Amino acid sequence: SYFIFLFFQQRIEIHKLRQGDNLILGFSIGGGIDQDPTQNPFSEDKTDKGIYVTRVTEGGPAEVAGLQIGDKIMQVNGWDMTMVTHDQARKRLTKRNEEVVRLLVTRQSLQKAVQQSMMS
Amino acid sequence: KIESLKVTVDFLKVPLGLKKPPLKEALAAIPGPGRTKPLGLERHKPRRSDTMDNESQYSGYSYKSGHSRSSRKHRDRRDRHRSKSRDGSRGDKSVTIQAPGEPLLDNESTRGDERDDNWGETTTVVTGTSEHSISHDDITRITKDMEDSAHLDCSRHLGVSLAGALALLAFLTPLAFMLLPQLLWREELEPCGTPCEGLFISVAFKLLILLLGSWALFFRRPKAFFPRVFVFRALLMVLVFLLVVSYWLFYGVRILDSRDRNYQGVVQYAVSLVDALLFVHYLAVVLLELRQLQPQFTLKAVRSADGASRFYNVGHLSIQRAAVWILENYYHDFPVYNPALLNLPKSVLSKKMSGFKVYSLGEENTTNNSTGQSRAVIAAAARRRDNSHNEYYYEEAEHERRVRKRRARLVVAVEEAFTHIKRLQEEDQKNPREIMDPREAAQAIFASMARAMQKYLRTTKQQPYHTMESILQHLEFCITHDMTPKAFLERYLTAGPTIQYHKDRWLAKQWTLVSEEPVTNGLKDGVVFVLKRQDFSLVVSTKKIPFFKLSEEFVDPKSHKFVMRLQSETSV
Repeated sequence: SYFIFLFFQQRIEIHKLRQGDNLILGFSIGGGIDQDPTQNPFSEDKTDKGIYVTRVTEGGPAEVAGLQIGDKIMQVNGWDMTMVTHDQARKRLTKRNEEVVRLLVTRQSLQKAVQQSMMS
Repeated sequence: KIESLKVTVDFLKVPLGLKKPPLKEALAAIPGPGRTKPLGLERHKPRRSDTMDNESQYSGYSYKSGHSRSSRKHRDRRDRHRSKSRDGSRGDKSVTIQAPGEPLLDNESTRGDERDDNWGETTTVVTGTSEHSISHDDITRITKDMEDSAHLDCSRHLGVSLAGALALLAFLTPLAFMLLPQLLWREELEPCGTPCEGLFISVAFKLLILLLGSWALFFRRPKAFFPRVFVFRALLMVLVFLLVVSYWLFYGVRILDSRDRNYQGVVQYAVSLVDALLFVHYLAVVLLELRQLQPQFTLKAVRSADGASRFYNVGHLSIQRAAVWILENYYHDFPVYNPALLNLPKSVLSKKMSGFKVYSLGEENTTNNSTGQSRAVIAAAARRRDNSHNEYYYEEAEHERRVRKRRARLVVAVEEAFTHIKRLQEEDQKNPREIMDPREAAQAIFASMARAMQKYLRTTKQQPYHTMESILQHLEFCITHDMTPKAFLERYLTAGPTIQYHKDRWLAKQWTLVSEEPVTNGLKDGVVFVLKRQDFSLVVSTKKIPFFKLSEEFVDPKSHKFVMRLQSETSV
């Protein structure tokens, strides 16, 4: 048996929700190149300093759009998110003039499903 | 009393197992009475009479004492060798040994009479009796000892006497140089005042220093018999010989012949010889003692019987010296060799074997091809082994449990026994009948722990190593020195090194050095040699200590700075 790591990526389109003066997406992020990657419970590789979804608010725009906890965000509206600091990531997600964000995410559960189907 | 450890290291035997004939001829050729006594280098031992049975004279000098009786008959020499090979017996003709197999010694000694005539016949007899019974082992061992020690004594004797003669000559030569002019042409000598006196004093002290230094360096009990000549010592002897001879040559030509009048010159000549001898002594110290101190090689010694292994660091040594070093360390590092512990528990093995038999009986009828059948049997046995490891595991666990239980009982029994006695204090008023000496005290408390001790020793298969007498003696020893029960038990709970047990277990004379390279070669990386004994062998392999390249890194004490680890979570 052999292992091929396929990064199945999913595109998720989130429409921001207006709450008072803010536009919220309804999830929390963790990670960044200035953070400690070993504390990340969602990453498979503990040296991965990417941005991960750590919480998804119930009923929020992210959950509606299909974002799941543990997803790794690769791109936001075309901006790369794999080599950014935590604050840069936050800024890219919370631009005031954008109402829709298109995320490119990778999901581990997808990877595992592919592996299992390949091996059986 | 402390008895030194004597190790006889033999030649590599010719593969046929026969000893070289020249040995025997050499032995027969040397007349008994004609053997020269060694010059009085080592402390002169009094001649031992027949009836003397003094243990304290054993060890180290025994080969010397052996030769002090060389003037007697050939047969006496054999008797002496036989008694020498038995630790503890020092009688000459009467052999007082308690070891088993003693009655057979007389047979062996009578056979020895024919030994010199029919050497071949003797050899075959010896190899023929090498079955594994204790009495036959004794015969082979004693025969080997006798032959080898006779040969080695001869060469050792020769070497030591030669060295002694040379040393004496070198020591007396400066004195002779200074005395001869005084004796021969005293009237013609120029008077020589203060400078000569100063030189006399310096000669005296230098000779004294040389004497003390030689005593410290050379006059030591040999701890082992090496099979081959010690290269460095031979080298030094040759050097001293050449030095002395050349000095005598010049002295004879320049001074004696021409009757030199300048006495101060003669004395200075003698002083220069003493200086040269001191430098040779310095060279001896460096070659014999200092060179091997710095570790260069790591030797790994593995016991073939059960895999016990140790690592040792040694310096530049020849193979034979490294072998002796390993043996010295073997006796206090390796746990004692216990053949009873080597086998798998009988229940496991017998099941495996019986399974084997059952299968082959069934298969024999069906297959014709023998190789195919045997292969099938082996394959079947291999499959069967999958089950026997299970049994082995449970047997081991059970044994472990049993040992622990017995050990607990033993510890409790001993602790309790030790509470029954205490040391007599000055202020206690006891009548004399109640006061015991250590032996009686030991006997008094031994009864309560005897059974637990016996059961424990039996379970751990140590009972051949500890007799009741030895346990009592150890108990007496511990009581005398106020030891706790735990200290008393330390000897029995773990298998100790070989030197802790009775001398009969040592078998120090049975070692054989087996090596592919000549044994006087120095150690090199990758050299392997084997120290063989009858029941197992020590395989020693050499590895050079790696060359360490140490680099330096400077750390500024102010450079130690730290930051907090960030794990932020932001909601967007």
